[in-house]
Amino acid sequence: MNLKPETVSRIDEAVTRYPVRRSAVLPLMHLVQEDIGFISDEAIEWIASRLGIEPINVYELVSFYPMFRRKPIGRRHIKVCRTLSCAIMGGYRTCAEFQKAFGTKLGEVSPDGEVTVEFVECLASCGTAPVVMIDEELHEKVDAAKARALCERIKAEAGAPAGKP
Amino acid sequence: MPAPDQHRIIFRHVDEPGYSTDLACYLRNGGYEVLRRAVKRRPEELIDEVKKSGLRGRGGAGFPCGVKWTLVDRKSGKPIYLVVNADESEPGTFKDRYIIHQDPHQLIEGSMITCFANKVERAYVYIRGEFPEGARILEKAIAEARAANLVGPNILGTGYGCEMYVHRGAGAYICGEETGLIESLEGKRPYPRIKPPYFPAVLGLYQCPTIVNNVETLCHVKHIADMGGEAFSKIGTPNNTGTRIYCVSGHVQRPGYYEFDVGRLTMGQLLYEVCGGPLPGRKFKAVIPGGSSAKVLRFGERFKGKRKVGAEMVEYDWGVEDVPMDFDSLGMVGSMGGSGGVIVMDDSVSMVEALGNINAFYSHESCGQCTPCREGSLWMKKITARMVHGDARAEDGALLKSVADQIAGRTICAFGEACAWPTQSFVAKFGDEFKAYAQARKEPGAEGAPELV
Amino acid sequence: MIQPATTDLITVHIDGKEVSVPKGTNMIEAARRVGIDVPHYCYHSKLSVVGNCRMCLVETGMPAVDPATKAPIIDPATGRQRVNWMPRPAIACATNAMPGLHVRTTSPLVKECREGVMEFLLVNHPLDCPICDQAGECKLQEQSAGYGRGYSRYIEQKNVKPKRTLLGPRVMLDDERCILCSRCIRFCKEIAKDDVLGFTDRGSYTTLTCYPGRRLKNNYSLNTVDICPVGALTSTDFRFKMRVWFLKQTASIDTESSVGANTRVWSREGTVYRITPRQNDGVNDTWMPDSGRVLYKAIRGEGRLESVRVNGTESALDFAVKAAAELLTKGGAAVVGSGRSSVEEQFLTRRLAAALKARAWLVSRVGEGDGLLISADRNPNVRGALVTGLIDALPSGGLDSLGALIDSGGVTSVVSVGEDLAAAGLSASQLAKVSVVYLGTDANATSAAAKVVVPTLTVFEKHGTFINQQFRIQRFARAVPGVAGATDDLVVLARLVGAVGGPILGADVGTLWSAIAAEVPALATMSYSSIPDTGLLIDGAPWAGLAFAEGPTLHYTPAAPAAKEAARV
Repeated sequence: MNLKPETVSRIDEAVTRYPVRRSAVLPLMHLVQEDIGFISDEAIEWIASRLGIEPINVYELVSFYPMFRRKPIGRRHIKVCRTLSCAIMGGYRTCAEFQKAFGTKLGEVSPDGEVTVEFVECLASCGTAPVVMIDEELHEKVDAAKARALCERIKAEAGAPAGKP
Repeated sequence: MPAPDQHRIIFRHVDEPGYSTDLACYLRNGGYEVLRRAVKRRPEELIDEVKKSGLRGRGGAGFPCGVKWTLVDRKSGKPIYLVVNADESEPGTFKDRYIIHQDPHQLIEGSMITCFANKVERAYVYIRGEFPEGARILEKAIAEARAANLVGPNILGTGYGCEMYVHRGAGAYICGEETGLIESLEGKRPYPRIKPPYFPAVLGLYQCPTIVNNVETLCHVKHIADMGGEAFSKIGTPNNTGTRIYCVSGHVQRPGYYEFDVGRLTMGQLLYEVCGGPLPGRKFKAVIPGGSSAKVLRFGERFKGKRKVGAEMVEYDWGVEDVPMDFDSLGMVGSMGGSGGVIVMDDSVSMVEALGNINAFYSHESCGQCTPCREGSLWMKKITARMVHGDARAEDGALLKSVADQIAGRTICAFGEACAWPTQSFVAKFGDEFKAYAQARKEPGAEGAPELV
Repeated sequence: MIQPATTDLITVHIDGKEVSVPKGTNMIEAARRVGIDVPHYCYHSKLSVVGNCRMCLVETGMPAVDPATKAPIIDPATGRQRVNWMPRPAIACATNAMPGLHVRTTSPLVKECREGVMEFLLVNHPLDCPICDQAGECKLQEQSAGYGRGYSRYIEQKNVKPKRTLLGPRVMLDDERCILCSRCIRFCKEIAKDDVLGFTDRGSYTTLTCYPGRRLKNNYSLNTVDICPVGALTSTDFRFKMRVWFLKQTASIDTESSVGANTRVWSREGTVYRITPRQNDGVNDTWMPDSGRVLYKAIRGEGRLESVRVNGTESALDFAVKAAAELLTKGGAAVVGSGRSSVEEQFLTRRLAAALKARAWLVSRVGEGDGLLISADRNPNVRGALVTGLIDALPSGGLDSLGALIDSGGVTSVVSVGEDLAAAGLSASQLAKVSVVYLGTDANATSAAAKVVVPTLTVFEKHGTFINQQFRIQRFARAVPGVAGATDDLVVLARLVGAVGGPILGADVGTLWSAIAAEVPALATMSYSSIPDTGLLIDGAPWAGLAFAEGPTLHYTPAAPAAKEAARV
């Protein structure tokens, strides 16, 4: 596994936080995904062996939790909330705008490789609906117009060097 | 009667200009003074204060916090754990977000007082994966607190030690269920446990006695330790004490978070006065008062009955606007206070489609462990999806209700009720729309009707 | 497990019937005791309780008492103490006996619960019955007929999941049929200690899977097929071969080792189709190894002997017995018995050795025990040979001592009851030096060298008993008739005994047992038919000092490890 040294030391620290090593599987999956971008086959087996559990025990979790992915995604990750409050405030329209701007379908990498758009469940900011997370930043009151503006910004930033957190 | 003013105890510093999440700012504002006083008292006293306060859980179940602490098995010799439920995922709820992102030390202080009271030596904050910034803020705050001996092996020189760690979830609503959370923390698939025998207070995290409390609840503990349980119990209404943060979303002029004494304002006051009423040209149609799992109320409904006020039984005859926003009153009218997430829908919303949206949420979030919820939630979703995108039949409403009736009360955890109640209540209250939906779809849609499914 | 049952008895009330059960008994087991069936899928008496199928929902209640005085509240209508029934049903598998517990399994609420759960289970279940092996022994079929509503209201699209996935060499998985009870996962983790199975995805899309690249191939994988309540897990060997309702079931014993796992042989019209475990809570619970299930293939094996032969020529049994007797009564006879022979056969073998004044050898087979249901002694019935007196010490050193006697001329004829002397250690030259009478099922070097060959029967073709490592005598029965040309071992042995001057003994298990009970002290109190289905423990004390090879397995802990170490070969 080709992980950055910083990731490895954070993994080592994470394991110490629990009396039972298996508990560290979620933190380790987050750290590995942040590092290499997704949870590969190799990552599943590496994490399993690091924690003394079976690979199936890790595999079971990867597909259960929507935040873990088995394949790389676009450079920017756009998550539009689809649950009731955001939906009644126009969330579906917002999502359609993002898809249209990049010519992409939900869950796929856009043709230019720049974004993956996902329609996710409640992001717990219903008062400022519709909400969108772009990478780790929350954007509020994203109506169709604001969505288009955000798409422009993403496209502009695409020219700049990668600034993904 | 005009609505009372907000009573911002928990949210005192939220959105305050110049207030920051660092320890220095918190200390400047009197932070950790309550912890300092608390660790000089006997732990049993603090538990008594919380019992006297009548504090009810703010995560959704409204279970009395003091009673929960009393149920903890203190005889087994096993370590006792505290798990902070920061997995805020109930649709319509967005209060814990602001506590975590803007006032994390309040949560830490409340948690440490709770730990001291219950002789807990290790606490985990299970924070939803979609709060990455919140997790970083909390980690930093805990580190600062540890450096100042407010968390860690020797808190304020007392010899009492308690460690606190942040543990991120990864996008599953069922991790908000206390035993699902515990399974997730243990590194397994978050399948809720059967109770009996796996009550967290007895067989929780690593099969040790565990307290699982909501973020807001733990913040209230701080204030109870500060003002005393009796003083706290005088805030709000009897059996529904303290303040709570109402999260209003949907079709109102001013959606957002508002902290009031529990039960001291009515639905009408909240929606009309505080939130400015419906959007221009619209009328309120329906409101879900306690997160999407709560049963819906239809504007125009009337609720009649008798309730206890002081020592007497008093008759009530309420419209939706008249219902006081407390656990018991909302329970009496057939819904619940839940997580405090108030979702408002106006006449542009098709209730069939709104239910379709909710059903999609629950079927997506069902963990799949037990038969009724797993199959029933997806069946209900397929019915409403077919109604909206395919052929709707007049009897689909009755079928939906019948399916929901087979789920509630038959499952391992409360998710069964959570996914069944919306369907049951939407069909019960808006049955006419369900029957007429097939026909209504053929006519041009309502002006500005949002796509929901 | 939630709580193992202890021996204190508690009285509970189920559908008005009182039943006393040990503390910790769950309500499914308690109901079973009074003949009440509580339908269930995920519960299994030998696995941990998960309570996820929700089929066993029942009503529970406690007797009503006045909260202040604790006095019982009487129902004026019946004159009996009122029962406060809980509004919410509870799962019977996780409800353990408590004093005063009342359970209702036939109320309208319970009926609704069952109809609801059945409907939900069938909602995404494929219409596979016509092509599904499980038909006829499928819990979904049985319980939907018994407790379901009888019609479906589902008109949506069913979920599609992978079908016909080969999970391992012996197990086929059809994910659409899976009802996600998790019995297979729990079995692999808790019993087979091979954690390879798990669930992926979520909700109704949850799918059973093996980790990609791994296979379900441990030697207990087929037990998951047995316990799968539906046709999701099926045996690749049995797939599409036969409908179970045509099959006759016969009780038998796994002959792989001295564990003596109880089995069930399924056959139709003389052909065996499969072997499954038979429950014996004292020996093998509800499990058996995969390797024991294929043993029936030996019935129609390539090398199966098909005719009685004397000096290579096919002949009649009587002639062969006479020829064998002539060879053996010349003097210098030796008897090689088998740890795979039944107690009855070993009894007759001993009679034969006595009549010939010959010494008897047993061939030992020692391997590695797996700690579960295969012990280190790969003979199923060495203890039978000890108890009948055929041998008085454990076999060791192979057949070296016999070989030495052959070389020195002390032994000139050998009768072997089912053992290949060459495989057991005799050299080709030693084999050539003696006249051999071979009674056995398959062709081998010994049958090729033998002057008299009498084909005999496999364990599936005859009746008998074995004594396992616990000194438990257990019966096995004939499942299929013997192949043409083969003779029942007891018949040929009894005739031989008579022909060499020994007593005339009966050749069927029934009559033979009168003689066995009369002559073998340890078996004095029994008859073949009196031995219960779960076997009978006999007193092993007379042989307690022997260094038996077995280590611990399920339900067996060896008594004296020191003796075992000392006598290690």
